[in-house]
Amino acid sequence: MPYGRCALVLGSVVLVLMSWCNTRVEAQIGVKGETVHTLAGPAINNGVVLIRDGKIERVGPASQITIPKGFRILQAKVVSPGLIDAHTVVGLSGYLNQAQDQDQTERSSSMQPDLRAIDAYNPQERLVDWVRGFGITTLHTGHGPGVLMSGQTMIVKSRGKTVDDAIVVPNAMVSVTLGESSKEPTKGPGSRAKQVALLRAELIKAQEYASKRKTASDDKKPGRDLRLDELVRVLNREIPLLVTAQRSQDIISAIRIAKEFNLKLVLDGAAEAYLVIDQIKEANAPVILHPTMARAGMGETENLSLETASRLKKEGISVALQSGFESYVPKTRVVLYEAAVAAANGLSFEEALGTVTIEAARILGIADRVGSLEVGKDADLALFDGDPFEYTSHVIGVLIQGEIVSEEVR
Amino acid sequence: MKTSFRVLACWFWLAGFGFAQEAPQAFLGGRIIPIAGPEIPEGTLVVHNGRITAVGPMRSTPIPDGTERHDARGKILIPGLVDSHSHIGSVEGADSTAPIQPDARVLDSINVRDAGIQKAQAGGITTANIMPGSGHLLSGQTLYLKLRDGNVIDDLLIRNREGVIAGGMKMANGTNSRRADPFPGTRAKSAALVREQYIKAQEYRDKVQRANGDPEKLPPRDLRMEALVEVLEGKRVVHHHTHRHDDILTVIRLSKEFGFRVVLHHVSDGWKVANEIAAAKVPCSIIVIDSPGGKLEALDLSGKTGAILDKAGVLVGFHTDDGITDSRLFLRSAALAVRNGMSREKALYGLTMANAIMLDLQDRVGSLEVGKDADFVVLSGDPLSVYTKVLETWVEGKKVFDRSDPKDLLYAVGGYGASRDQMMHMDDYDEEAR
Repeated sequence: MPYGRCALVLGSVVLVLMSWCNTRVEAQIGVKGETVHTLAGPAINNGVVLIRDGKIERVGPASQITIPKGFRILQAKVVSPGLIDAHTVVGLSGYLNQAQDQDQTERSSSMQPDLRAIDAYNPQERLVDWVRGFGITTLHTGHGPGVLMSGQTMIVKSRGKTVDDAIVVPNAMVSVTLGESSKEPTKGPGSRAKQVALLRAELIKAQEYASKRKTASDDKKPGRDLRLDELVRVLNREIPLLVTAQRSQDIISAIRIAKEFNLKLVLDGAAEAYLVIDQIKEANAPVILHPTMARAGMGETENLSLETASRLKKEGISVALQSGFESYVPKTRVVLYEAAVAAANGLSFEEALGTVTIEAARILGIADRVGSLEVGKDADLALFDGDPFEYTSHVIGVLIQGEIVSEEVR
Repeated sequence: MKTSFRVLACWFWLAGFGFAQEAPQAFLGGRIIPIAGPEIPEGTLVVHNGRITAVGPMRSTPIPDGTERHDARGKILIPGLVDSHSHIGSVEGADSTAPIQPDARVLDSINVRDAGIQKAQAGGITTANIMPGSGHLLSGQTLYLKLRDGNVIDDLLIRNREGVIAGGMKMANGTNSRRADPFPGTRAKSAALVREQYIKAQEYRDKVQRANGDPEKLPPRDLRMEALVEVLEGKRVVHHHTHRHDDILTVIRLSKEFGFRVVLHHVSDGWKVANEIAAAKVPCSIIVIDSPGGKLEALDLSGKTGAILDKAGVLVGFHTDDGITDSRLFLRSAALAVRNGMSREKALYGLTMANAIMLDLQDRVGSLEVGKDADFVVLSGDPLSVYTKVLETWVEGKKVFDRSDPKDLLYAVGGYGASRDQMMHMDDYDEEAR
């Protein structure tokens, strides 16, 4: 018996040691790619990405980089930065599509900037797992379109058991929707003019609140107001206002509001952006464009074009792509496929890849961490067995912060 | 000025008058994927009077005198795509008064100017099964249409030799057709309601047979029963929306009981019961979607469904279910099936011939063979590549989509007005009026 017990203990120690060694070894990885798209310069033929402790240690041609002994080696035809979905509701919106897993819009009020995405995100949602399998390592997710001011968004990595494991930016933007989809015929706002009137009134309220909080004597200071606190952050340009607007007049309204209150504006959806290119340029607003394959048959996206991404890009407008919000099947789109369609409709390969990597990172304000393969950045990588955009290619590996999170062939 | 325009318009009118005056047309030097046989690297396709008159290698395929020649070098020719399940044309079927409405015909609802039809042409689709929705156990009679440029619905119909309009019958089970009264509330009730109606139809059929033409004995005409009798007699194939594995088996059970011919549509769970489907010899028309879920029945939807069903020996076709997926991207469905393990040959077959068989149109469409309708698509590259563009779509020897024409290009890529009903331009009107 004592002998058996001893063996058991010894065995456990060995097991622990082995797993410790494993993680140690796994944390240090050399990724070899026949083509490595760094998005920080021209693609590298026969490139190597060295990963140490979750960060990119070196990137360059295989002729100049020796993979140290003990590093695990991964090989792929094509290597790219982990992909970024610049706007989604995945994690708040679940794949069951039943009331209990749809937390992207709260309809009790049209003005709820106090709703935090971190309080609703389910990192174990199957759709998170699904999109990760296609190389998507970063998600800008949160409260969705469909309510005038639906709440906050956040940025996460597509991994982790808890929201804290996943978080990159807990409070990224405040989400606003203009136009048909956020009209509330009975409760209001029931018209476009009313939507803008309500928004302006709320922003003015926040301006006055901020100034009173700053200048009023202690006994006259207004009490903390979570909604206005958030809008003050928007007014202070700490975070952008994310305005979903498909029709050209709604895009112009968003620009007008941003100008009046000197806000940081990020345009979202923007199906008719090609009609108002000059105004978007002048406002210096980046565009998180609707999914290229969004349903075009009906409603406010009826005039969308597969070529919008390339038309905006040619005019120097910063463009990222999104999976958006889907109320039915497919419950989420996959930005890898959306970028592929953009690449087939006027964007160059690098530009198209940029819409789901470095451009998206810049618009989201996280380009110091993700979006390209550069020394010091997070080791988020997607590995492919061919042209990433070809339908018949596969994602063969996905890394987040140096951890292999998927080796499934997808 | 006015007179010369009239003369010109008159000439157009004559040119469009029947096939007799048309010269044969040859497409030379392109890679031809005939589906009916191996790919031809440098081929010739000759069409005349709406039919294919020759297809083969360029070197050995003669071209008749007076043929109009098209340079197809560097391009790829495939048969016109057949979509076995689509909702283009602003289609309507049954209303909400009853769960089973076999008398409702989509024929009486379609808007041929719907932009969806132009977009389907832009996607290379030349034949489509236009269906009513899935919110009923039986939502009406479907139509198999040729996507010709038409002015009225009659211009798009397909008629068999007896003049009967081609179409099927749309049925559904599972959750979509479970609704408030008078709709069923459970699966068992759904099946019971369907069985009840088919038994009625059997009795109606028997009464008609026994009457043997005697007006005294004939039952009063019943449009609903007449349509169901067509189903019982195999003249009208049932196109059955079904997702969950047990619902799929229910469809097979009912089709055996009443002997109706059926095609299973969507079959999200089909991979779980592939062998059972194969044993029943029932074809499947599947949808390819970017992610699972969105509804409880589609939680286990898999990209591998096509490959698994095919391996089990099931005839597999694809459909757009437009607006669920975009007709302009129909080729993508086959490409994603290949990504998930289906062979290239079977995937291309699934866009064409497999669907033609499911619609009983295999003698007319689905492959490039002599004698078949001259329905084909000219592509800029490989049919499974994302970078490939549909350049031209031809139906019965007439070009219905041309990417180099700005009006057609609008439908292909979208833009302002691309989803509006097809405009009736005054110049078109003048041309047709003369």
